[in-house]
Amino acid sequence: MSKRTDSNAYTIIFAMIMVVVVGSLLAFFSSFLKPNIDENKRVEKQQNILYAMGINDNDESNANFISSSFAGQEFSKFVKEQLVLEVTDEKVTKLQTREEYMDTNNGQEPYLIDVKQQQNHAKEGKARKLPLFVGEKEGKTFYVAPIYGKGLWDAIWGYVSLDENMVIQGAYFDHKGETPGLGANIKQRYFMDDFIGEYLLTDEGDFKGVTVAKGNNDPKNERKTDYKVDAIAGATITGDGVTAMIKSDLQLYVPYFKSLKN
Amino acid sequence: MALLSKKDAALLTDPLTDNNPITVQVLGICSALAITAELKASIVMAISVMAVLGVGNVVISLLRNIIPSKIRIIVQLVIVAALVIIVDLILKAFSYELSKTLSVFVGLIITNCIIMGRFEAFALGNGPWKSFLDGLGNSAGYGIILIIVGFFRELLGSGTLLGFKVLGDPIEKTGLYAFGYENNGFMLLSPMALIVVGIIIWVQRSKNKTLIEEN
Repeated sequence: MSKRTDSNAYTIIFAMIMVVVVGSLLAFFSSFLKPNIDENKRVEKQQNILYAMGINDNDESNANFISSSFAGQEFSKFVKEQLVLEVTDEKVTKLQTREEYMDTNNGQEPYLIDVKQQQNHAKEGKARKLPLFVGEKEGKTFYVAPIYGKGLWDAIWGYVSLDENMVIQGAYFDHKGETPGLGANIKQRYFMDDFIGEYLLTDEGDFKGVTVAKGNNDPKNERKTDYKVDAIAGATITGDGVTAMIKSDLQLYVPYFKSLKN
Repeated sequence: MALLSKKDAALLTDPLTDNNPITVQVLGICSALAITAELKASIVMAISVMAVLGVGNVVISLLRNIIPSKIRIIVQLVIVAALVIIVDLILKAFSYELSKTLSVFVGLIITNCIIMGRFEAFALGNGPWKSFLDGLGNSAGYGIILIIVGFFRELLGSGTLLGFKVLGDPIEKTGLYAFGYENNGFMLLSPMALIVVGIIIWVQRSKNKTLIEEN
């Protein structure tokens, strides 16, 4: 039995119409919703930075951001300055304040700098812009730096807040597509809180970073100067990714922190 | 009068037991391995698949007479992918928190063989209402297995359920841990999902011998 739908001409026409219809539907939704989605992402970055500074709605065991409706207000209240650094040969060669950066970059806020894009710039030999957010809370100064790397399946990123001695004061990690229940747990409090108080520099001032280590045998994370935190079972590659992005990205800020001391 | 005829009701209930998509049809194993390390992820995945399969089955069923048979698999894939991506975009715009929870599942839903399997086996040959029921029934059957596997993997692997420490604190050594109990890290790895599914299949077939295939 030959049906109308079996002919080649019908098949090709159907495929063409389907592609056009589905394609335009997706394009329509994507561009129609883009302003809302971008706004959500912008607020999320503010929430991330505030989270790393310890401004969050955490309950006993869960990590919660402050509500998105307050994020903008709290962000301008606590984040006093957004610096943009350029570092060459272990020296800070350029330091822009928020106003200076916005004047030269069409009014783009420094916290919207795409870290991945800047990493690519560095690979191409161009100058990499390093955003650093200076916050103040209860008389204490926090320096929040964004980091970006790769986990098992896709991108992972985070914000780490430091004091003048590069001791970690808070950390927020997130991921695009790590395995739920395993690698995805890097954004759980029991993992992120372990970083608080960890040292990044040795006594001599050399950068060591923090390693996500298996068999660290310190589940309560009492040793703060061992440059190690406990790994998550079943999430080795994601943990290695966290170690690597802390090492590669936070190291770049060392010259700035040294310049603070002089 | 009953809400559903006997035949329609069977579409809903059969996949829960004797025609279960995972344990009998052996579909959707890959996602059952990937996301059952914790109970919450299993529940989220079960609900998402139910929504996608329910709607997708209806759409395919409505289009069943105009889809060219030569490219029907591609058409099914395009439809389910478009549906999932549109829902994801809407969630990103209006319910960002929820979308962040679900984003990992988007890829897994599109490639879930239960969805393609039900489109192919049922929706292409049946009306929209029956297809809708079939979609709900099969995703419920899939969800039940997911939740059972997730329950055991989270309980034995992490000692928690939905994030609550039901067995005590492994670090402070309270509850069961005070007696020397330890979490079994192996439960968190995907091979154990397969073994748990295997045990469920074993239990089910020893209860219902008609499911055992003759060699």
